Formats: sequence, structure tokens, C-alpha cells
Amino acid sequence: MSILVNKDTRVVVQGITGKEGTFHTKQCIDYGTNVVAGVTPGKGGTLWEGKVPVYNTMTEAVEKEGANAALIFVPPAFCADAIAEAVDSGVEVIVTITEGIPTLDVMKVKRSMKGKNVRMVGPNCPGVITPGECKMGIMPGYIFKKGPVGLISRSGTLTYEAVWQCTERDIGQSTCIGIGGDPIIGSTQVDLLKLFNEDPETELVVLIGEIGGTAEEEAAAYIKAEFTKPVVAFIAGRTAPPGRRMGHAGAIIAGGKGTAAEKMAALRDAGAYVVESPAEIGATVARVLGK
Amino acid sequence: MKVHEYQAKEIFKEYGIPVPKGGLATTPQEARKVAEEIGGDLWVVKAQIHAGGRGKGGGVKLARSLDEVEQLASQIIGMTLVTHQTGPEGKLVKKVLVEQGLNIEKELYLGMVIDRSTECPVMMASTEGGVEIEKVAAETPEKIIKAFIDPALGMLPFYARKLAFGLGLTGDTFKKGVSFMTKLYQAFMEKDASLAEINPLVITKEGDIIALDAKMNFDDDALYRHPDVAAMRDPDEEDPLEVEAKKYHLNFIKLDGNIGCMVNGAGLAMATMDIIKIYGGEPANFLDVGGAADAERVQHGFEIILSEPGVKAILVNIFGGIVRCDRVAQGIAQAAQHLEVKVPIVVRLEGTNSKEGMEILDKSGLSFITASSMAEAAEKVVQAAGIK
Repeated sequence: MSILVNKDTRVVVQGITGKEGTFHTKQCIDYGTNVVAGVTPGKGGTLWEGKVPVYNTMTEAVEKEGANAALIFVPPAFCADAIAEAVDSGVEVIVTITEGIPTLDVMKVKRSMKGKNVRMVGPNCPGVITPGECKMGIMPGYIFKKGPVGLISRSGTLTYEAVWQCTERDIGQSTCIGIGGDPIIGSTQVDLLKLFNEDPETELVVLIGEIGGTAEEEAAAYIKAEFTKPVVAFIAGRTAPPGRRMGHAGAIIAGGKGTAAEKMAALRDAGAYVVESPAEIGATVARVLGK
Repeated sequence: MKVHEYQAKEIFKEYGIPVPKGGLATTPQEARKVAEEIGGDLWVVKAQIHAGGRGKGGGVKLARSLDEVEQLASQIIGMTLVTHQTGPEGKLVKKVLVEQGLNIEKELYLGMVIDRSTECPVMMASTEGGVEIEKVAAETPEKIIKAFIDPALGMLPFYARKLAFGLGLTGDTFKKGVSFMTKLYQAFMEKDASLAEINPLVITKEGDIIALDAKMNFDDDALYRHPDVAAMRDPDEEDPLEVEAKKYHLNFIKLDGNIGCMVNGAGLAMATMDIIKIYGGEPANFLDVGGAADAERVQHGFEIILSEPGVKAILVNIFGGIVRCDRVAQGIAQAAQHLEVKVPIVVRLEGTNSKEGMEILDKSGLSFITASSMAEAAEKVVQAAGIK
């Protein structure tokens, strides 16, 4: 078991013929991901790299190839349209890698998903990986290893750092999700904690947050009320100055709200193992799992 | 992106949102001319800098004659204005907004942001205008009325009615209030704003509702579709190093410490700053060189970090994923050689081809200090900077 994606996931890549799309699709296929189709409007009927059929529309990709998950590499100005098309096509999982989509576009397209059987991860994220089964994203596959740790993170390279600290200690992962650094994202920490709560393979969750917004506080409230597994948490940005956007559009302390201190306090109060130093994540996971 | 008050008011005018009569001036003579054109016998001279708290800092003054307008403008233009948002070094004032004085009956607050928890626009109103809204929110939250607007529905009249009744508006003023809010919503959404704030929003003795102040921030990611807004960028308001970094697509933010940081990825960059602090040091900057982290980017990164004379040591922390560490190492060695870097550089490379990368650094003949973990790297850079 795992969450979101597994060996049966049939992936369609939107924007497969672009530079980014091509590069990362190759990496995903090399990892073992089942990429069944690509979509680039106007290039329907061709074969990508001589092997993956390209369609003009998502509907065709779903009908003809049985795709059930979309991986999106469409440029920001056209990306909300691509996400909406993915929703319309009936795929159940959408992973949007694209960085720099206007917030209002994401807000509107996310609203359109309400009441539908679809879940989006991202945008502005490294994607989702279930080690050994399916990599839908741009993360380096070899650092991951199958095992009991679920991971949810707002950051890319910090995710790799945390995963590496675990893998080096021979502690593998069930599913790792980079949820993205934007103010509005498809899946929040709470959404994914709920899935991990139901996943028998996941024994512990690593939660990597950062300054900005109140998503970590909301996660803390959920952990306190319902989550049954141990959580190891790290919040980046204790030294970040207020009012400045720290790389990610969502990483900003606004009006005195969204500080690392508040988030760490809320998570601690919820019983999470909050680590002060990013270098302590792996060691803490090992200690909590008794390894 | 932030804009000046006078620019926010230009956008307001475009949407029919009432603002006081006024104009921009860069000299005292221009200020007098603007006041003459406005007419009347009361004017306000307002410093135009991006920071809030201008009034308390002495950057907003009332004038009762044209001579006084000119005299106040000459005081304010060229002054270094210090407010709680500028930091102790203050901000040089280069232009003033001259506006008609109003007969103020009441000061209110009106603001709008995108609420991240509910994922929709929220408009907020309060009868406590003219004071800091964060203070009102902390001390008397019941005095802030909020309307969470369903973006699929848009600004239906009931949202505006809820706010206008909440503010105690009646009769004609009520109607003007509803119209003001509806237009503000339209301006916010059409221009991809991230924040709009009118503090104070005033009711005049004549019963009009006017934006006495105006603040707007915009979504950087949406500027491509708003060339008019993008053209409002004022490089004078930005740190010159940050402007320089932007040219090379580097995410750079200047901080107060003396340990320069170069990291790939925003989250890891923040975490690196944090761990430097844990080991007793102070980061000099936030710098995300991005996923690519090629030789050219690394070189520009070093140049920008080193243009700050206070930097005593540099920590390079790269987690190679798709980008290979040996490539990054080549970039670091080239840049360090080319720039003749005098301060110690601690390098930690992890991930793809990290061993090969470390070998390149060892064989470069340059004196890099290498580290294999984040903790070790932080400890070594703090030592190298001479703090411990």
C-alpha cells in the first residue's frame, strides 16, 4: 500500500513534447513509471520519442489509453487551462510541477475540483513518488527506498535532504509528496495526513513546513484530534525576516502571522516530534521508529 | 510587487473608486503648481515611499497656503524618512503626492487579501480606521467584519451589504459604500492584486466615501499579463543587490549577518540559514540559485554575496538531484578562481555525484573547506567566520 500513486497508476504527461516535459518524462520512465500517453494540443497522432502516443486532448488520452493520473509541465500562462482540462477528463490524480502560476488562476481552478473525485498535488512542487513503484515528478529517484515513512513537504531540495537522511539510515518511505510552495495548493498537509492515517504501510510521517500561512497550524489541530501515527516535523524559516517572500510565493510572514515559532509550538502541542535543526530529521525518525 | 500610494490611486481612478483630487511632484515648485490646480484652501503633502507609518515619521503634513505647500514639500523631498517599516536607516523621499484636504467626518478601514485557509478572496472592514489593523485584529477582533467571497459568484451585492451595514453606513452613504466595495473587488481581481488596503477610508462631512490612503500589492507571477502594473515598479525602493540578482534569475534577499549562503532550493536555503543560527552564526543573505545551479549562476551568486563587504565566510550547500554535484563543483571552482575569493568557502555537496564533486574541489588547488553533512558545514562556516 501507499497513497496517491502506485504500480497500477497510468500516467499521462501534459506538455510531454516540451523541453522540461521530455527530460523528466524520460527520467520517470527510467524509474519504472507507467507513462501511457502524452498530451500536446496540435501534436496529436505522433509518437513521443518513438514510443509514447501523443494526443490533442486529455479526453482522448483517458479514453484510448486508460490514463488515470496527469503529470503537468505546461508553462505558467497556460497551466490553469491544462489543469482544468485534466479535471474535466476524469483522471483521479493531478500532479502539477509548473512554477509561477498566478494565484488567482490556481484559486479558481481548485474551486472547480470541489465535489469531484480528483486530487491535485502542487503546483510549484517536485511531485509524488511511491518508491519502487511510481515516480510522478522531478525528484532524483535513486535517493528513495521503499519503507514505512510517509513524507509531506512544502519544499523540493529540503525533501531530498530529509529523505536522504532516512535512506542513509536504511529507513525507507511509503510515499513522499512535495506539496508545493505556493499560497494556494491542490493538497494541503491535512488532506494528505488523512490519507496516511488510512495507509497501513505508513508507520510514521515526516512533515516539513515553512513560514507563511496557517497550514501547519491546521495540520497540528488535525494531528492532535485524529492522527494515530507519530509525526516528525521541521519548519524552515526561523531566521527569515518578516514581510519578505523567501523564494516560494507562499513563504512570507505577513502581518506578524505565519512565523516558524508559532507553527513549531502548535505542532509540539499536538505531540509531534519537532526538530530544531534540519540535520536532525533522519536521526529523530530512527529514534522514534526504534531503529 | 509593491507600488506607491499615488500609483494605487491611479488604478483606483481607472475603476471609478473615489480618491481625493491630487497630483505627484518631485520639486517644491511642482508641488505648489499641483496645489494651485487643485484649488481650495487646505492641502496634504504626502511622502511617497513604499513603507507604512509615513505620518508618524513626519512624511505627511497639512498645508493651509500655497507657500506652506511649497515649504513642506521642500522639507519632505530629500528627507530620510524613518518609520517602523523602513528600518533604522530610513528611506530617501524623492517625490510627494499633493492632495486636496477633506472635511473628514469619520475614518474607517477597508482591506482585501486572498485568504489562504479558505482559498478565496476576503474583504475586511472596520470602524477602527486610521490605526494599524494588526492591532485591531489582536485587541478587538470583533471590530473587524469579514466577507469571504466565492470567486465563482464574484462580488454579489449581499457581501457588500454585509460590510456596509457592519460599518453602520446609512442612506446615500450606504449606497456609495456598496459601490466602492464592488469596484474595489473588480480592481483587485482584474489586476491580480495580492493585497488592497485603504486605511483610512473616510466619510466626509458631505457624505462622500473617499480613499484617503491606498495601498496595493500585486502577484509577481501575474505581472506578465499586466504590463501597466509591471511598469509601476520603482527600483529606488528595492535593494540594488536584489535588483542585480533578479537579472540572473537568482532569488536573493539581503540579511544582517556575515555568513554568505548559496543553496539550491528555497526550503533548503531557509533551512541553511536556520542551522547557521543554531551554531551561533548569522546569515548574511538568503540565496536560492535554483534547480539548475550551473557555473554561470554560481559565479553570479558569488559576485552578489561578495559585493557585501561584511561577509566573512561563505557556505555553499547543494543537494544534487537532477543537477549533478560534479557540474556544480566545477562551477564553484571556476568562480572562486576567477573572482579570487578571499574569504573562506565551506562547501557541502550531497546527492548525485557528490563524491566526484568533492574530488574536483580537492584537486582544484583552492582552499575550500569541505563538509559532508549540513550540521558539519554549519559548524565549520561559523568557525571560519571567526565567530567562535
